[in-house]
Amino acid sequence: MSSDSLIYLDNAATSWPKPPEVAAAMVAFLEQVGANPGRSGHRLSIEAARIVYATREKIAALFNAPDPTRVIFTLNVTEALNLALYGLLRPGDHVITSSMEHNSVMRPLRALESCGVQLTVVHCAPDGTLNPTDVATAIRENTVLVVLNHASNVCGTILPVGEVGQIVRQRGLLLLVDAAQTAGVLPINMQAEAIDLLAFTGHKSLYGPTGTGGLVIGHRVALSQLKALKQGGTGSRSEREQQPEFAPDKYESGTPNVVGLAGLEAALDWIQRRGLAEIRAHEMSLCQQLLDGMQAIPGLTLYGPCQASLQTATVSFNIDGLEPSEVGLRLDEQCGVLCRVGLHCAPAAHRTLGTFPTGTVRFSLGAFNTSEEIEIALSALHHLALERH
Amino acid sequence: MEYAVILVYSTTHALQIEKLLREHGVECKLIPVPRHLSSDCGICVRIWRADLELVWALLQESGIEYEGCYRL
Repeated sequence: MSSDSLIYLDNAATSWPKPPEVAAAMVAFLEQVGANPGRSGHRLSIEAARIVYATREKIAALFNAPDPTRVIFTLNVTEALNLALYGLLRPGDHVITSSMEHNSVMRPLRALESCGVQLTVVHCAPDGTLNPTDVATAIRENTVLVVLNHASNVCGTILPVGEVGQIVRQRGLLLLVDAAQTAGVLPINMQAEAIDLLAFTGHKSLYGPTGTGGLVIGHRVALSQLKALKQGGTGSRSEREQQPEFAPDKYESGTPNVVGLAGLEAALDWIQRRGLAEIRAHEMSLCQQLLDGMQAIPGLTLYGPCQASLQTATVSFNIDGLEPSEVGLRLDEQCGVLCRVGLHCAPAAHRTLGTFPTGTVRFSLGAFNTSEEIEIALSALHHLALERH
Repeated sequence: MEYAVILVYSTTHALQIEKLLREHGVECKLIPVPRHLSSDCGICVRIWRADLELVWALLQESGIEYEGCYRL
């Protein structure tokens, strides 16, 4: 089966294919620039630094963050979340999160909990939705931070980060948002939504390559308050043996992934041209088509809000009498439909949805999926369900 | 005509200043920091000495941090 006939429904893991401009920009960087940014004063080094800085500016513009120097590039969203959590939280601090989080938030929080940080996990409804009042109720005198995913990687449920942002700001706390599933597809406005720290990945709905991501630091966070995860060479203040205190250098040691950022910059341009609203509308339409089709399949159980406007284009389901792994294998081998099965690195979310420890089958759509592909995937599911009954 | 340089804390700041100056039609170039000014291995922004006052005013207004302006 050639890759042309494959139906890729695993965009929540990483988007594929990428816009052709992404690979073109990466090849152009390797062939024509190639140098180390900010390490030398020659023209190619400056050109490499220009690419990195332009990408910072485009990220800041996309999320309405006022200061591009506070866009910190990391390997992925997991590193960005670790930077925010380990950088901010101290023993004795209290932090609030939701029961729909990915392990990229839950595991650092559990590790910090064992070092004396207090943790409250606010329970979400069985469709993954969060009541902002429950967050307000959980606030204590020593609460410093609320951490929320913008949308679930398991079933797409969108969390009310804007409403929580207002509560958090009124109480003088900080809000960290994990935008792994939403950056590039849902509008994110750090200032309007009162988001103090935004962790994003470049390789999902921003359509860049893997190895890109970052943390955007809002103005309510003092840099002195946020420790760096690592120290090393920055190309700045080289006469000193102490790490610089200014952004981004405080948090970016070592040679960055310039080739990846060149690809991410091209991807951000592509999103700008196609339009975030247009991408969202396309995905919503496909998602609704998928949900409607699934509801007509006997023995298929859907999880999450089951309404395209309340979720990202990520849909979790199970077929009665079939293990998720069995469904995934048959879809791949017999139909060329590629998806992800199991617990999706989010045991807390599956407990909330009532699907732990079995897990679910997850279809996650992207900007390059088509209505025809959704029809084929639906008919494959129909076939599987009928075979079973 | 003689040059002056703006020393900055990092390449990121140099690029910010370059963008600001170009937006205001001020000629500039990023060059390695002259050794007699600093032992830093980074870059700085070279301008015409005649533009120093204008550049200084633009920098104050923008709020971009920089280390200092020096005549070459």
